[in-house]
Amino acid sequence: MKAAVLVFPGSNRERDVAKALTRATGHAPAMVWHAETSLPEGTDLVVLPGGFSYGDYLRCGAIAARAPVMDAVRAHAERGGLALGICNGFQILVESGLLPGILTRNKDLRFICKSQHLKVERADTAFTRTYAEGQIIEVCCAHGEGNYFADPETLERLEGEGRVAFRYCAADGSLGGTANANGSVNDIAGIYSEKLNVLGMMPHPENLVDAAVGGTDGLALFSGLAKAA
Amino acid sequence: MSSAEPAITPELVASHGLKPDEYDRILKLIGREPSFTELGIFSAMWNEHCSYKSSKIWLKTLPVTGPKVIQGPGENAGVVDIGDGDAVVFKMESHNHPSFIEPYQGAATGVGGILRDVFTMGARPVAALNALRFGAPDHPRTRHLVSGVVAGVGGYGNSFGVPTVGGLVGFHPRYDGNILVNAMAVGLAKADAIFYAKATGVGLPVVYLGSKTGRDGIHGATMASAEFDEASEEKRPTVQVGDPFAEKLLLEACLELMASGSVVAIQDMGAAGLTCSAVEMGAKGDLGIRLDLETVPVRETGMTAYEMMLSESQERMLMVLHPEKEDVARAIFTKWGLDFAVVGHTTDDLRFKVFLNGELKADLPIKELGDQAPEYDRPHVETPKAAEIVASSVAAPLDTREALMALVGSPELSSRRWVWEQYDHIILGETVQKPGGDAAVVRVEGGPKGLALTADVTPRYCEADPFEGGKQAVAEAWRNLTAVGAKPLAVTDNLNFGNPEKPEIMGQLVGCIKGIGEACRALDFPVVSGNVSLYNETQGRAILPTPTIGAVGLLDDVAKSATIAIKREGEAVIVIGDAKGWIGRSCWLWLVAGREEGAPPPVDLSVEKRNGDFVRSMISAGVATAVHDVSDGGLAVAVAEMALAGRIGARLYAPPAGATPHGWWFGEDQARYVVTTSEQNAATVIDAAAQAGITATRIGTTGGDRLIPGEEAPILLDELREAHEGWFPRYMAGPAVDA
Repeated sequence: MKAAVLVFPGSNRERDVAKALTRATGHAPAMVWHAETSLPEGTDLVVLPGGFSYGDYLRCGAIAARAPVMDAVRAHAERGGLALGICNGFQILVESGLLPGILTRNKDLRFICKSQHLKVERADTAFTRTYAEGQIIEVCCAHGEGNYFADPETLERLEGEGRVAFRYCAADGSLGGTANANGSVNDIAGIYSEKLNVLGMMPHPENLVDAAVGGTDGLALFSGLAKAA
Repeated sequence: MSSAEPAITPELVASHGLKPDEYDRILKLIGREPSFTELGIFSAMWNEHCSYKSSKIWLKTLPVTGPKVIQGPGENAGVVDIGDGDAVVFKMESHNHPSFIEPYQGAATGVGGILRDVFTMGARPVAALNALRFGAPDHPRTRHLVSGVVAGVGGYGNSFGVPTVGGLVGFHPRYDGNILVNAMAVGLAKADAIFYAKATGVGLPVVYLGSKTGRDGIHGATMASAEFDEASEEKRPTVQVGDPFAEKLLLEACLELMASGSVVAIQDMGAAGLTCSAVEMGAKGDLGIRLDLETVPVRETGMTAYEMMLSESQERMLMVLHPEKEDVARAIFTKWGLDFAVVGHTTDDLRFKVFLNGELKADLPIKELGDQAPEYDRPHVETPKAAEIVASSVAAPLDTREALMALVGSPELSSRRWVWEQYDHIILGETVQKPGGDAAVVRVEGGPKGLALTADVTPRYCEADPFEGGKQAVAEAWRNLTAVGAKPLAVTDNLNFGNPEKPEIMGQLVGCIKGIGEACRALDFPVVSGNVSLYNETQGRAILPTPTIGAVGLLDDVAKSATIAIKREGEAVIVIGDAKGWIGRSCWLWLVAGREEGAPPPVDLSVEKRNGDFVRSMISAGVATAVHDVSDGGLAVAVAEMALAGRIGARLYAPPAGATPHGWWFGEDQARYVVTTSEQNAATVIDAAAQAGITATRIGTTGGDRLIPGEEAPILLDELREAHEGWFPRYMAGPAVDA
């Protein structure tokens, strides 16, 4: 597994992702500056980390979607390469057209940082192979604009094609209500691309990779990826 | 010098916050009338905020050294050795006045300023905390201020990428017209790679880095050194606007630059911007500084020397660089998209000379700008001692159950979840204990060691007895660190008071500093950094004296840290420490009986140390399964918080014979902790305590879904939780009132 982590000037969880990948794969990922025009030779997985890419004073991720390095990411994804966008990374993937829909401000208009349960919708993708289908995992959220929205047609396609990766849920797996703090449609916390090789998700698995710091439910995602290539 | 500038009149001098005798001192110092730019520079350097002129002689009495102290007060932040070649760098600073005028930007730039102080020293920020004080919840402006300040603190820290892991929020009508926003930042650096403001070497380039200079924040520090009046709203343009993205770039660029070996000296541009940073770098290094202002990156045209020297535009740094590394440095800043400009150089004449397009705008003696700032021994009167209030002399308006419900659901003691869930407290992936406990615990990358962090003070105690209150603030912070198992290391103090020109206010400041000094000496807890905020008054009404104490402790192994949550059913609940049921100035007396009276609980520092050391040893031996210090609300509130955190109830014994129930349950006697331990360890703990001369009293047993206070009606944890968690969101969802 050869991983690369993009670094936009306002990325702030690139080190967290690098730590998680190092823990799962045994070696540090390449850190790729936003102004680069290519990914390192042989990259299997590219990660777009959390943060505020270029300040995000405009629409989150809108400028980053047009960064020089993103052409390389698009080409990588078209070739079937794996791409994972977390939080701001998800916003950038959506803005770049690699994933459908949009992420708007949380329904209460406040930033939310809290522990969050997720339901794993399918366990047969490169990202979730170490989870079980329907498994409830505990990760955490930290975002101001994570309210996923898509038009009914798109939603129908996502649901019909099994492209919802994770849903917000309560500890017992029940959906809706306070478990969905940001107001996302269909409780969507993460989605796949058509070929299931691109995943965007709002919560942070990279901050749950250590029993001493909140738990290890996020580590499995990276361990699964480590085995993917 | 330019004739286009305003004439120096007594009115102009007064509007710069300079007193007639201070102006006379300027005339004597330079032997002529100052130019307009020079007047501005003096007002920036000699205001209370930058010069500490009222507090300096008292601050000198604080203990500032210790075997682990690498850098005490006087630099951008304090530095303490934490072993293995690592150092912790931290400081707390106020941003009170701007936050009242423009809560979001005021709070945001307060966070930005303190983060900059920490990374200026070469440290990567790893945690932020804050202490917020607002007016009465029913004051028409309070909700708006809470909402704006919390969003501002979060908005800056979340984007910058530092976990905000702890702090406090308090409400009291005495803050109606002057809220407090005290922000603390904590960073980690290598002990042998700390950077300082002191410049060395003549003829070296002075380099400006970061964002461009605009007209924002001109006279911010002067505003922070005056009382508020109704016209203060008009000062909104003096509040700076924060750009956390630019700050993040500045952080990364500075750390990269420092690693490249290019930096001789570095100083962030905070209060009084370019003036203060340039003067400090020169004065500390016994060097002169020449600035050529036409080289300063600006975002507006036509700025005068006066405006550039007083601008408080954010996210800017000044450095002295090794000349041969200039290209390396420029490349790093260009990579991060930040401005980089050589704006002057160091000289050997000890003068601070400012030129604009070749025209001399200021020529002042650099040492005297800082060192010979006025220093006052202001008259002060001691706060009269209040009488002790004996618990049995006060009738209890509510029974224990109702009083506990009222306290845990009060604005003062309810859960702050609504606040800290807006702060990213998990970023960097090292937050072992998040907000809600006695102290936050953040692991040092790689572990197993970690830092315990807290910010605390009890203003109502300080109001009643500044000396005891000052002691208590330090003891409380020390206790918070101890309660998670950490060895307390050092303190940063943020002293918030009213107008020091009033002898009774000056008496509060003096009393609190004396108390802080006494406690810090007794607990080997030196003060390594700090900040003073005076003139927190509106229309003649001062805030409660609020000397916020930020503190840092060290844990050898974060896995051994204790939390407040009850872990198992059937464990013994033990209180460590003596109590007589001290009800004076307690939360119960204030919030339940409606009286803000009496003497505060006295702090016996030797007992404090003995009890704390005992509790810490219980934690490191793995005997204590949960620990919580007893503070606001007393024993009953402490146990309630432990039960709520662990979702396990407790049955508590009735108060001992002779004790007044509300004194027993809600008294705020100091130096106490509630600990839980297994049934088989209980007797051993109590024996060990007795051998150390410490009172340890079994007060009950954990278990069940309710809290049972003696013979009184039980309280379901669900009910307790609803009261505790409910107040803040309900309050904030209330109708918007525009003041």
